[in-house]
Amino acid sequence: MPHAELLRILIVDDEPLARNRLREILVDIAIQFPTEVVGEAGNGIAALEFLRDHAVDVMLADIRMPGMDGIELAGHLGAFPAPPAIIFTTAYDNYAVQAFDLNAVDYLLKPVRAQRLLTALQKAHAAPPANHELLASLGRAVRGGGRTHLCCHERGRLLLVPVGEVLYFKADLKYVTARTVDREYLLDESLTHLESEYAERFIRLHRAVLVARTALAGFEKAAGDDAEAYGWALLRGVPEKLPVSRRQWVPAKAVMAG
Amino acid sequence: MASIGHFPATHPLPDWRNFGVMLRVLLGVNVMALAAALIQVPEPSGWVPRYVEMAALVEPLLLLALGLLAAVRDLLRRMPLGLGQLAVVMLVGGLAFAQNLFWQSLGFSDSGNALRPALLAVAASVVLLGYFELRARAFSPAQAEARLAALNARIRPHFLFNSLNAVLSLIRARPQQAEAALESLSDLFRAAMRDPGEMISLADEIALGEQYFELERLRLGERLAVDWQIGSVSLNLPIPPLMLQPLLENAVYHGIEPSPEGGTIRISIEQRGDELWIAIANPATGAQQHASGNHIAIANIRERLALYYDLEARLEIEAGEQSYEVRIILPCRTPNS
Repeated sequence: MPHAELLRILIVDDEPLARNRLREILVDIAIQFPTEVVGEAGNGIAALEFLRDHAVDVMLADIRMPGMDGIELAGHLGAFPAPPAIIFTTAYDNYAVQAFDLNAVDYLLKPVRAQRLLTALQKAHAAPPANHELLASLGRAVRGGGRTHLCCHERGRLLLVPVGEVLYFKADLKYVTARTVDREYLLDESLTHLESEYAERFIRLHRAVLVARTALAGFEKAAGDDAEAYGWALLRGVPEKLPVSRRQWVPAKAVMAG
Repeated sequence: MASIGHFPATHPLPDWRNFGVMLRVLLGVNVMALAAALIQVPEPSGWVPRYVEMAALVEPLLLLALGLLAAVRDLLRRMPLGLGQLAVVMLVGGLAFAQNLFWQSLGFSDSGNALRPALLAVAASVVLLGYFELRARAFSPAQAEARLAALNARIRPHFLFNSLNAVLSLIRARPQQAEAALESLSDLFRAAMRDPGEMISLADEIALGEQYFELERLRLGERLAVDWQIGSVSLNLPIPPLMLQPLLENAVYHGIEPSPEGGTIRISIEQRGDELWIAIANPATGAQQHASGNHIAIANIRERLALYYDLEARLEIEAGEQSYEVRIILPCRTPNS
């Protein structure tokens, strides 16, 4: 980063007063460490949208935010060619703070002291890349489940796919596709990983298919000896049928019944 | 104001007017009668008839004794403990004796000696008094007080630090608002640190809830809407402190904060018959209201309700697709009036 330029900062917090407070102390330390607040965002989704079109050096991100929290936001940063360094802020998340200490991740406790902010910003240049294992376990602790969104690159653009809208995941040779009512997205994910992350929401129908429990509309037996599938699952909202393997036939039907 | 020494569960001589105490006595005596039937009759076919036979003798005595004890409860409690217990035992024994003489005079009972039922009644009442004393010791005032204090002091740290952060942010631009917020914060903490044995009026608890929402509104702005519906109810009604506030905090934490658009928390307080109904509903956000934090808060309130009211108060939860509602139902009176 060129030293002549100011450090560009994005403040991410759902509380306007908390964002305001960070702005104030950034002004207070401007003599020692001049910075420029290039934007504010109310949650992770808004922050990612901002990052699409703006260059940012450091992001100050709250851990708990509605829509998309700071932990998940950090996990999606890898999708950018030059991701900003991230410094977490939190009022009280004991579990996260302990994990940050162990893994040398920088964080600030709210209310934030100007001196602490200064030290964190001075170190922020050399922020190590996010540790995905750590973020996944913190995510489970903070929001009690998997990520709320998945990343999809399309012609150089970053798209966010809300997991709540996904009807099924299907693995092809190289990619996993996520299907929503409107369209399909190509993801850079593995089916096994998705299955364990969203065990409550999706069930496996077939070696290559995970379906949202709520999307299941019915089942039909395959005619004759179909090598590809033992039966087919019908879905709400989309016309296509999904193959069900012999092994998953009974558990899948049990989900519908329950 | 009731002091902590007068929680129904903490006095070695039970509160004979409390529904929970009556239920325990009824159950205890009937279990003893059942056991006696099992001991007396060897073959299974005779157990039930024998029990019914015994119940016919025991039940009228039991109800009469409970009624009498309820009538003289305050008198008994003014006596020294040992004397009070002795009085209860004598009262029950005497009643049994008198009842047996009465049956005999009508020709229902043939066991000539009225001393036997009296002694059995004395034995049963000694066992039950022993049980109540042990139970009271388990809830001993010091222990109960420490527990209540711990339960009361559970204002989420998350809320405290976020509020302080919001106040800091106000100080330069809007100092008056910052002052008001700090005053509210100190009121909330004063309430949390108050002697947990003291009851407070419903009006005070509602005012505290409003102050809490003022603070949350600083942080959450328009995302937080609150709808109070207070029906015809006496605002002077004494209730245990901090029953409402932890539930309001839960509603904000689970129902409003996880949602970018926010939502409305509805609180309705009304009197139904001689019960006070307090219901708090928040939108269901899908964010784990089953999470452990929420469970702890609910369990704490249940425990406190049991300490203050034994079985006469209850807490109900209705978790729907759209909303999550917690209801507290209390008797409309001081615990010991």
